[in-house]
Amino acid sequence: MMPSQGPGGAPGVRVEDASAGTNGAARASATDDVLVRVRDLTFRRGERVIFDGLDLDIRRGAVTAVMGPSGTGKTTLLKLITGQLRPDAGRVEIGGVAVHELDKSALYRLRRRMGMLFQSGALLTDLNVFDNVAYPLREHTDLSPSLLRKLVLLKLEAVGLRGARALMPSELSGGMARRVALARAIALDPEMILYDEPFTGQDPISMGALVSLIRQLNDAANLTSVLVSHDVAETSRIADHVYLISHGRVVAQGSPAEIAAERSTWVRQFMDGQADGPVHFHYPGPSLAEDLLSRGGR
Amino acid sequence: MLFDPLARLGRGGLDALARFGRAHRLLLAMVLGIGEVLRRPRLLIAQVYNVGVLSMLIVGVSGLFVGMVLALQGYYVLARFGAAESLGLMVAASLVRELGPVVTALLVAGRAGSALTAEIGLMKATEQLAGLELMAVDPVRRILVPRLFGGVLAMPLLAAVFSAVGVIGGYFVGIGLLGVDAGAFWSQMQSAVDFREDVVNGVIKSLVFGVVVTWIALFQGYDCSPTSEGVSRATTRTVVHGALAVLGLDFVLTALMFGG
Repeated sequence: MMPSQGPGGAPGVRVEDASAGTNGAARASATDDVLVRVRDLTFRRGERVIFDGLDLDIRRGAVTAVMGPSGTGKTTLLKLITGQLRPDAGRVEIGGVAVHELDKSALYRLRRRMGMLFQSGALLTDLNVFDNVAYPLREHTDLSPSLLRKLVLLKLEAVGLRGARALMPSELSGGMARRVALARAIALDPEMILYDEPFTGQDPISMGALVSLIRQLNDAANLTSVLVSHDVAETSRIADHVYLISHGRVVAQGSPAEIAAERSTWVRQFMDGQADGPVHFHYPGPSLAEDLLSRGGR
Repeated sequence: MLFDPLARLGRGGLDALARFGRAHRLLLAMVLGIGEVLRRPRLLIAQVYNVGVLSMLIVGVSGLFVGMVLALQGYYVLARFGAAESLGLMVAASLVRELGPVVTALLVAGRAGSALTAEIGLMKATEQLAGLELMAVDPVRRILVPRLFGGVLAMPLLAAVFSAVGVIGGYFVGIGLLGVDAGAFWSQMQSAVDFREDVVNGVIKSLVFGVVVTWIALFQGYDCSPTSEGVSRATTRTVVHGALAVLGLDFVLTALMFGG
């Protein structure tokens, strides 16, 4: 089990006590500038509990990072926020509206105000780069072809891929595909963008440009950004607020500086990438000796 | 322990019922989404091309050989009763009533149906469907509806091609190889093949098979587990379920249409 740390460490950091079930995030940030409010969220996949009373707030106009070890449900959280999944209990609200209570047409209206960058890019493989970025514009607007072209080229310019507009998705690297997906996500000038592991597969040059782009996009268009990642350094560079989640709950939150100064063993292990600590590298199971000596088939 | 097999059986039954329900909900959603293809006919045309035109070769070649075999087999039976001139009638009636719609549907299930399942399944596995949802684009209306109606439109056209090529195959064998009188071949066919009884019923069968085969293919892709194994299993199920549904429905439709 993940040991949780009591409050303490750097000033301003709230380290949540998972075993006590406190709702620190809820109490601390429940103000009007909150765009996304998650309360007492419970979600299971079969017998496995992904979230167990999760509380967090996403402030308008801020870049909020959600970090945590692999398998803690970061992508699942994005799917719950966007209404792709429904919580087993608790509430996920955007602008005061419970996402999971919306009917299909209301949910689609809400999604027009969001953009999401998938981990895989999720580009339509039968369309080239230009048409992929133009897709939401063609679906939801009546722009003239010349205006649409200009807009698409501007979006592609922002991600540095204007010259690649004629390429098919199969001709792109993973990092390029995600940049195209980012251009598509911002095509309709959404109010909120959700990034699912945007830095994976990026070379150092693209990474630096992408990190700056996410920040610039957020500030220039007054967006609200939710950044799910386990790239600590890059995420800390641009985030206004960081949530660290593990075992279905928020274990620590605060500004990147506050998180960096936090001394709790769990936070330090994650932020510094230490192999030893409260988070085990090995998935729970019998000892290696036991397994090797057993007569089981697998 | 004692009740484990019973529990598994019950769970399997419930899963099957749930799938059955999901399949019908999907069909209803696709039928209600017909407005999408009316608003954007280019989507429909593209799918008629994918399902129809791209299946022409296999359907045409199969029709040719089926017609030739029918003529060969039919000739020896008919000649025994001194009715070899009825060869044209026998070939045409068999093709238009039964073999055209049924074999075409089986071929389409194997060729286009499996391709549709793999396409939709891979779109699901690579999050393209989820991406559309997140862009507030309904994947059922945008992706599945044009494919359903494309398949429904293409099926009778392909069956017509199959039957026409089959008749030509029968003509080559009957007249060219076996020496049946060409005039008798065509005139018997013309006088005895009834438009309403044979052709219209054949078209109705094709339309029904078009709905069922395309529906099964799309549902299997849409409902599959988003893994390589899941897509592979769904593709197999499309061919097996599609073929069984076509053969079963053919019996029911034949009984209703020609059962007296």
